[in-house]
Amino acid sequence: MNEEKKQRVVVIPGDEIGASGLKSGSGTYRRDGKVFAAQLGIRNVRGDFVNVIPLGGRYIPRSGDSVIGVVVEMGPSNWLVDINSPYPAPMHVSEVPWKVEFGDTARYLTIGDAILAKVLAVDEIKHVQVTMKEHGLRKLAGGQLVEISHSKVPRMIGKGGSMIALLKDATKCRIFVGQNGRVWLDGEQDNMMKATQAIKRIDEASQHFGLTEEIKKMLNFSGAVTPQGDKDGE
Amino acid sequence: MSDVVSHIMKDQIFKLAARGMREDGRAFDRMRPMSIETGIVGPAEGSARVRLGDTDVFVGVKVELGTPFQDRPTDGVLMTGAELRPIAHADFETGPPQPPAVEISRVIDRGIRESQMIDLSKLCITPKEKVYMVFVDIEPLDYFGNIFDAGAAGAVAALRTAKVPAKRHGFGEDFPMPVRAFPASVTFAKIGKHVMVDPTLREELVSDARLTIVTDEKGDVRAMQKGLSGSFSYAEIKECLLLATKLGRDVRALKTG
Amino acid sequence: MGGGSTDIKLIDEKGIRLDGRRVDQLRPIKIEAGVLKNADGSAYVEWGKNKVLAAVYGPREAHPRHIQDPTRAVVDVIYNMCSFSVEERVRPGPGRRSVEISKVIADAFRNVIFTEQFPRAKIDVYIEILQANAGTRCAGVVAASVALADAGVPMMDLVPACAAGKANNQLILDLGKEEDNVGQADLPTAIVPKTGEIVLLQMDGHLTQDEFDRALQMSMNACMQIYELQKDALRRRYATSANDAPDTEEVRQ
Repeated sequence: MNEEKKQRVVVIPGDEIGASGLKSGSGTYRRDGKVFAAQLGIRNVRGDFVNVIPLGGRYIPRSGDSVIGVVVEMGPSNWLVDINSPYPAPMHVSEVPWKVEFGDTARYLTIGDAILAKVLAVDEIKHVQVTMKEHGLRKLAGGQLVEISHSKVPRMIGKGGSMIALLKDATKCRIFVGQNGRVWLDGEQDNMMKATQAIKRIDEASQHFGLTEEIKKMLNFSGAVTPQGDKDGE
Repeated sequence: MSDVVSHIMKDQIFKLAARGMREDGRAFDRMRPMSIETGIVGPAEGSARVRLGDTDVFVGVKVELGTPFQDRPTDGVLMTGAELRPIAHADFETGPPQPPAVEISRVIDRGIRESQMIDLSKLCITPKEKVYMVFVDIEPLDYFGNIFDAGAAGAVAALRTAKVPAKRHGFGEDFPMPVRAFPASVTFAKIGKHVMVDPTLREELVSDARLTIVTDEKGDVRAMQKGLSGSFSYAEIKECLLLATKLGRDVRALKTG
Repeated sequence: MGGGSTDIKLIDEKGIRLDGRRVDQLRPIKIEAGVLKNADGSAYVEWGKNKVLAAVYGPREAHPRHIQDPTRAVVDVIYNMCSFSVEERVRPGPGRRSVEISKVIADAFRNVIFTEQFPRAKIDVYIEILQANAGTRCAGVVAASVALADAGVPMMDLVPACAAGKANNQLILDLGKEEDNVGQADLPTAIVPKTGEIVLLQMDGHLTQDEFDRALQMSMNACMQIYELQKDALRRRYATSANDAPDTEEVRQ
């Protein structure tokens, strides 16, 4: 833990967080030439900008995010997908990897099906569209879904992917973490239970020191973790 | 949370059940840890807060004056109400109690009433004219399943520690609520072919049938309710009854603080 | 207000009130953030004998659709007194008093929350009064504000609230039950400390204009004390988070 990290502080809406010359970044607002926190979170300076990395809050989709969705409604030429955000996302038949005839949507995805999807676009008034038309995106079958706070997703993955690598190595599960706080995992039943417990622990104790060691112990894992080079989290 | 249940979650709970397992690691016949605090709300004549796993329920008892029912002119009146207020879960809405909340109220009320827990004859002031009315109000604050048992345990604990505020109403000294029985409620969920006690919210979402059994301290049955569209066999009900009697004893033995 | 002067002595010669407070002294206040699991954010406030719980759900999908505002999130507040929160049982369901209090509290928060960040969505704030002993609307505002921050809702500032008033012909801060029942005036106030704006203001009773000025000053000063308690509650809940949270940029999958 280096010095710079130790100095990071929790900020509360209304706290003044700007130093001279810093611009107002995400989670902040500017007033009378000063920058204030708009959200509860950690102050973070990146380049010219001072930001607040939120410690909670609902998932707000951004284009390009990988998410895990659940189909909640069907139409003749589209599905409505819940992505754990205030904005359910329509998905048109042209955005799935299958050729779907008009009125035949139920043959491919029905209400309650979970999918790996990508946020295609978000417009100004938060109309969200998702797509499955990209490599690796698919319907999820089997395994298990776990929900964590989307703000804990970074901790769940760990620095350079270290935490997720530990989970995968220790439990031999396939794991995918959606940016929207939904985690899908699949593997041998007992290992899945172990992994789920570890994920829940990470969600509730994300702020603890030595969490990685604690999770290692919890999973009875003593080996070295496979370095993570992959892009899609699987 | 969306009220659509994902197939993955449902399949997972069923798969675990087929192996005799549950998501939180409990055996089918184990309840979640329950804790009961009493005397927590000053203005109430009796109060309790029950935590059953992550389910968190407040119960308050108020005693007012009223007129008796015509067919029971010498008995006090007992009214039990439960609300599923939106503070407790994202899917609960404001407005008058909907059928699920009414069912909860009535099942909890039956356990208390039919076990004759309260000696209502001791709550009569003037026959036909003036009696004490006991209001038991159940308010879930955090809903994670099985409000039937958490609410019932809270109602019973609040009543057992309640006083009748005679002085405030000008009828002599306050006296303890005339309690003479100790009912305990135990609820089961049926998921596929498997019956398990004290369902979590996630288990409730995928269960086919529900069975609540209220027994008294002698082990006699005082109230039952089968809920949801599924069914139980006679053998299953017998088994539930045995377990409800045993677990009811555990609930009764809980220390309330 | 009970209205008018009264024979009941609420303040003694030394300026000490029935519960032992000075005229400008708050009741003890305890705030805890993050007390519920289902809600996106929550807070519990004990303020004298008041016990208040607030929970926030959202921003979430607003339905029915016709309530959606394409430019901003709708903010809805439900203030509810539990039936057993006062001596005389409260009938369940919203009465006129609860509806009005809910509305003025929602109005207080609408311009403090950056609602334009969540067009078409809805932010629900639920305030449950578990035990009431005068001053529940202010305690409700204080709890709701902490719950909103705990829920990660972007807002300009926390919103503290407090009442001042008058009893036995003296100005007093933070009216207790008896003072509320038989006092001469009550002035609940909520402010945005950052800007000094007053976002909730109600008054009933009888004050001279000079008394009003002084009462308002009194409650605004108290708001600044309560503001510190609100911030402290949130810092306590998240105290250890600072050192361990990785940068989001480092860990994008």
